Amino acid sequence: MSPNRDRPWLIRTYSGHSSARASNALYRSNLARGQTGLSVAFDLPTQTGYDSDHPLARGEVGKVGVPISHIDDMQLLFEEIPLDKMNTSMTINATAAWLLSLYIATAERQGSPATSLSGTTQNDIIKEYLSRGTFVFPPEASMRLTSEIVAYTVDHAPRWNPVNICSYHLQEAGATPVQEVAFAMANAISVLDHVRENDEVDDEKLARIFGRISFFLNAGIRFVEEMCKCRAMTQLWSEIGQERYGIEDEKMLRLRYGVQVNSLGLTEAQPENNIVRIALEALGVTLSKRARTRSLQLPAWNEALGLPRPWDQQLSLRTQQILAFETDLLEYEDLFDGSHVVEKLTSELLSDAREELQRVLDMGGAVMAVENAYMKQRLVESHTARLRAIESGELTVVGVNDYRETVESPLVKGGSESILKVDESAEREQIESLEAFRSKRNADEVKQALRRLEDTIKAGSNIMPVSIEAAKAGVTTGEWSQVLRDVFGEYRAPTGVGSAPISSADESSAAVELVRTRVLDVSSQLGRRLKILVGKPGLDGHSNGAEQIAVKARDVGMEVVYDGIRLTPKEIVQSARDEGVHVIGLSILSGSHCVLVVDVVESLREAGLSDIPVVVGGIIPEDDAKELMKAGVVRVYTPKDFDLTRIMSEIVDVVSEQNAA
Amino acid sequence: MSSPSRMPPRKSSGTLPEGLAAGIASGDPADISEALNRIDDNRPENRESVLALLDEMEGRRRAHRIGVTGAPGSGKSTLLDAMVAVLRERGRSVGILAVDPSSQRTGGALLGDRMRLSSAARDTGVFLRSLAARDQLGGLSEVTGPSLDIMQAAFDIVFVETVGVGQSEAGIIDLVDSLVFVAQPAAGDLIQFMKAGILEWPDLFFVNKSDLGEAARRTSTELQAGLELANRRDPETKPRVLCGSARDGVGIEDLIDAIEAHQQLLTSSGLGESRHTAGRIARVRSIILARYGRFGLEKLTESQEIAGYVTARTSSSVERMADDLGRGVESALRKGAG
Repeated sequence: MSPNRDRPWLIRTYSGHSSARASNALYRSNLARGQTGLSVAFDLPTQTGYDSDHPLARGEVGKVGVPISHIDDMQLLFEEIPLDKMNTSMTINATAAWLLSLYIATAERQGSPATSLSGTTQNDIIKEYLSRGTFVFPPEASMRLTSEIVAYTVDHAPRWNPVNICSYHLQEAGATPVQEVAFAMANAISVLDHVRENDEVDDEKLARIFGRISFFLNAGIRFVEEMCKCRAMTQLWSEIGQERYGIEDEKMLRLRYGVQVNSLGLTEAQPENNIVRIALEALGVTLSKRARTRSLQLPAWNEALGLPRPWDQQLSLRTQQILAFETDLLEYEDLFDGSHVVEKLTSELLSDAREELQRVLDMGGAVMAVENAYMKQRLVESHTARLRAIESGELTVVGVNDYRETVESPLVKGGSESILKVDESAEREQIESLEAFRSKRNADEVKQALRRLEDTIKAGSNIMPVSIEAAKAGVTTGEWSQVLRDVFGEYRAPTGVGSAPISSADESSAAVELVRTRVLDVSSQLGRRLKILVGKPGLDGHSNGAEQIAVKARDVGMEVVYDGIRLTPKEIVQSARDEGVHVIGLSILSGSHCVLVVDVVESLREAGLSDIPVVVGGIIPEDDAKELMKAGVVRVYTPKDFDLTRIMSEIVDVVSEQNAA
Repeated sequence: MSSPSRMPPRKSSGTLPEGLAAGIASGDPADISEALNRIDDNRPENRESVLALLDEMEGRRRAHRIGVTGAPGSGKSTLLDAMVAVLRERGRSVGILAVDPSSQRTGGALLGDRMRLSSAARDTGVFLRSLAARDQLGGLSEVTGPSLDIMQAAFDIVFVETVGVGQSEAGIIDLVDSLVFVAQPAAGDLIQFMKAGILEWPDLFFVNKSDLGEAARRTSTELQAGLELANRRDPETKPRVLCGSARDGVGIEDLIDAIEAHQQLLTSSGLGESRHTAGRIARVRSIILARYGRFGLEKLTESQEIAGYVTARTSSSVERMADDLGRGVESALRKGAG
């Protein structure tokens, strides 16, 4: 082995589920297997600021991550994991200030001061509005929270990365490499510009802050282009540092980024192919030394089927270890310096990204481009184009729209045993432990802590110190968030679907034209145009699928009511009734489909609307699909159903059958 | 939300479910929705029962009807949301009719960006129905009028929200009692406002996004100046220009106060009644125009003075009168052809 091997990147797995205790056990076994950092997945109630017993949390507790309602949960999560030695990445945004406060308070209980902590809070709210959907507060208030965390950590936790600007989720929402780079940079600029306005931040501090801004990128299957994207981004970031913020220190100007490779392209059909996809995608962000990732998370091969088991996560971990320790990748200088192909592609991406970035800056920056829906519309367009290319066969996806002939896979023979089933008792147990925690704390201290929190926010002072005190006093995630909700208000972001243009492919597609004719036929039987409600029950904010369905339904001639994310079953039923729709389409990706969909179906029945058929789309294992059909759902779609035109045609069938019945 | 005591049959049977009109008047959302579905149902066997219902609604005039219009991006939905919150606090029941454009090519439409209607508003049982503009380029589909005729019988306040500047105002003015125009600072100078003809109709102008400071003040001043010159439809009433921020909840109470003051003025001056009648006349005329063209309308006016006809029939619905007059047009056209 070469003596000058580079140090490998931080090896992580994004994980957390069921409860703090179960997740702690998982973290410790992952570390024992050679993982070198932690990446915490929180459940949706925690991400959106609700305690586990809030009505909106129903069905979501412990599903996509670990529920953390208070300091005892956080302490249990890191039991026997010394936080001063760990590097922890926390995927937390709207409630980042709170979870960081709990983390700091937990470290102090362990005897480690905040100054000893390393890690990352994602704390990137812009992409939540655009793609991931766990925002709570309006943009201005959110930017204030972000910059207060930055201002606090730069002095009190100097090894902490307070903001991790995510282009990851932009690619998941359909972004092209150029959009990924440009929008991420616009986003970082909006944070830095905001921080710069803070009186406490002088030039010297600004340089240190610039150096602590990190990025979280995606890496798709076009791995050569992805590598060039990373190189382009490295250069653009350095330019921005020098030109916009006057930073000269080379070290501070270096782009620091972590990666989770693409989940969008992982397929449900022939899922073992994903093992290869994941490895190739990892190459894209490690091959070029000049633009190599600082930390890497690989998804599991069976993500499109459901939640991965420990063995599936281990396979992803081993993939990283083979790349880092078996191959000779880390022994060389940059492999591509001087390659005219790589340089040309990089400079093309760079110049297109500069242009797109300027466009966003000209309209007033990233916050403005969220509020006027510019970025969202561009993403919806790109995603629509991608799906249509798959549908038409223009874009090959092996095992999905080509090479579909297959022998039965022994890996998924076990059906529901080839994925992790979250223990349904987890939610109940979490609520019980939350109630026990509430009853043992000092109610007066909690009340005072909440009052100080409110006063501090209204006075415009930094929220971090009072939040850390509140964590120690036993305030819960829901209580902390409610104070902020009351002061800042809640935000609903534009959907971006309203003005998505119809694609030229759909304009001329015979299949689409056929569905359009059938929509007209059925509409005349119905007496009025077929009307569909597209809804997302629960806290899951991944709205890309629902948006694509809404746009497609419009393009085949339906009248579409799209209410956006985070709706209770009751709200969906109310909307279906008021709007007089003929059919309801629900989309859920968080794994809480059984509870929430059944709630919708039952509420429809109670409201006397059981004759409105319900179709469901999402990551839904076969057994669950059967259960949903038994509950009264008429069709279930999963990621393997990529042909949206066919889905539309079936929805017309469903309405037509219902009408004839 | 109230749970419906009785399940109306959802399929059209040509007859109305019993008690539908009373259910609407009591604000039962299931009944209101059922009635709106029937209004939209264009099967001929359905028509007579719909006309009977609309006639009955004519005798149940209740809501103050408020049009909300302005360019896309001016913040109409956010403003609507803020107004609904204030009205709910004041104990008013509220319905919203939101009209969105349809694709000319496919007939499809994405409706009611409720993303902007906060959960607070949705929680209080505010009734929202969205409509596609369908083939009407001007922005209002032909079911907008009768849909509003239903909803006005159910709530204290009914909002009609439309997208667009210019053309749709001319249509909406026949439907509502007060028209609010949401202006976006710096979006257009005075000439643009005048060109679009939007200074002639609205009763209230709300310059949104007052946090933009100077730009908002300038827009407000321009509007004031423009209104001095504009050819207003009711020269005796002076429109008001207000400033505020829907997003930050600034100026909303004042706007509601101004709307209520306008409502009082309409009642005390008798202007409300004359506007109502004028609106009905205009609606009948435009339905005839849409169904039979300019030639048909001319044929009709040769034998029938529409204004007099409508004024004499205070208890008939617009749709009923248009249907009845339409038969006259058809026979006149037949004679003309023969």
